[in-house]
Amino acid sequence: MNKFEINDLSLGYSDGTESLKQVSLHIPANSITVLFGPAGGGKSTLLRVLNRLNDLADVVHISGQVQIFDQAGSAVDILDPKLDVIALRRRVAMVFARPIVLPMSIRENLTYGLKLAGIRSQTRLEAAVETSLQQAALWEEVRDRLDAPAVALSGGQQQRLCLARSLALEPEVILLDEPTSGLDPISTGKVEESLQELKKQYTIVLVPHSVQQAARMADQAAFFLQGQLVEYGDGKVLFLNPVNQRTEDYVEGRFG
Amino acid sequence: MTRQNLDRKIRHMLDEILVIDSMVESATLEAIQALKQHDLDAARRIYQADAEINARRFRLENECMITIATEQPIMATDLRLVASVLEVVNELERMGDYAKGIARICLRIGHEPHIKPIVDLPHMADIAVSMLHRAVSAFIAQDAEAARRIPQDDDQVDALYEKIYRDLIDIITGDTSTLSQANLLMWAAHNLERMADRVTNICERTIYIKTGEMKEIDVSDDEDLTG
Repeated sequence: MNKFEINDLSLGYSDGTESLKQVSLHIPANSITVLFGPAGGGKSTLLRVLNRLNDLADVVHISGQVQIFDQAGSAVDILDPKLDVIALRRRVAMVFARPIVLPMSIRENLTYGLKLAGIRSQTRLEAAVETSLQQAALWEEVRDRLDAPAVALSGGQQQRLCLARSLALEPEVILLDEPTSGLDPISTGKVEESLQELKKQYTIVLVPHSVQQAARMADQAAFFLQGQLVEYGDGKVLFLNPVNQRTEDYVEGRFG
Repeated sequence: MTRQNLDRKIRHMLDEILVIDSMVESATLEAIQALKQHDLDAARRIYQADAEINARRFRLENECMITIATEQPIMATDLRLVASVLEVVNELERMGDYAKGIARICLRIGHEPHIKPIVDLPHMADIAVSMLHRAVSAFIAQDAEAARRIPQDDDQVDALYEKIYRDLIDIITGDTSTLSQANLLMWAAHNLERMADRVTNICERTIYIKTGEMKEIDVSDDEDLTG
């Protein structure tokens, strides 16, 4: 089953940049779809379309169709101007390259969003704190200091806290834009392991920081070049035997 | 990984494949010639020279592993090529063993008169070595079309093998004292027949590098057995 169906999506910024050019692809549910390619390809732009974060950017035109499906198969048009984007962003969470923890305790970082969403029950809040930290593989490291300031955590721990913060609101989709670019290899490994576990419950769309990460993580992989979707397919096959010469040249390091 | 580094390392791997192939081809032809001429000194040299083929194989394997470890990411054609170098050097080393085996057969027969003129074996060796030479050339050039054609020559090798087998059976039937040498000559033929089969494996690897598809090239005509 598809989680997103994207048809003929084009997007341009006010400076004239055509960031996406007639992109069509389907993103399956409960899997990891990787968007990779050189800088300026449109990967992060596409990611931000999926939760309408591009509303905050200087976009002058956007056309095409982007739909999100629920478990029953009902579709919502993401580009509908009347769409409740706050509700959309609760369904479609995002983790950024740089972990930005709130200037609060670890616990409060996780309960802040829940309280804003109207959840007041202490039992529910505590359960959500533990569950989301478990899912982000951070629970064992912080369970005894949940009231410590989040800024005291290491970079890798902060990023996993950001992941937990997204998970606390029980989204359906997790978008990640180079989530491990600033992390050491061990922290990177922990985040990647968490994502492999999380895909059983969530749909994950990931912009990796390296071709190797793309190859390690992708169930499906989409190669973007200058706003165009060049090739899309099974993750393992695409990196071993790409169909398009431009994809092959990129993964072999001949450009980019 | 820098592209130039990886290109340089791949070129070196392919150069080394060519060197090992050249050693195997020479060893095979010289072993058959030694057998034909009862040249026991040549047979001993060929037997001992196999150690160099083995050493080069291990060095090349090590080089491949280090390249994979240090030149990441290795993807797509590069990855299929490096993986195939590992396979092909293994095939070449086994063919080197076959040549060594023929040299050993020469030493075992010694100066005993041949029970049958050594004519078919050199013919088999010529065809098998020609197949090997072309297969390695196609591998280096990643020429899948050329690689597809080479295994067809295996029919000639198989036909000669069958002929040698029948001839030797006839000889044994007429004189059972020839059994020992006949067995050794049969082994020599077997080694050449297996060599040609392994050439097919190299051709399959060439096609794999080019297309990403790993498929057996079946030139078997055993329809009477398989239906």
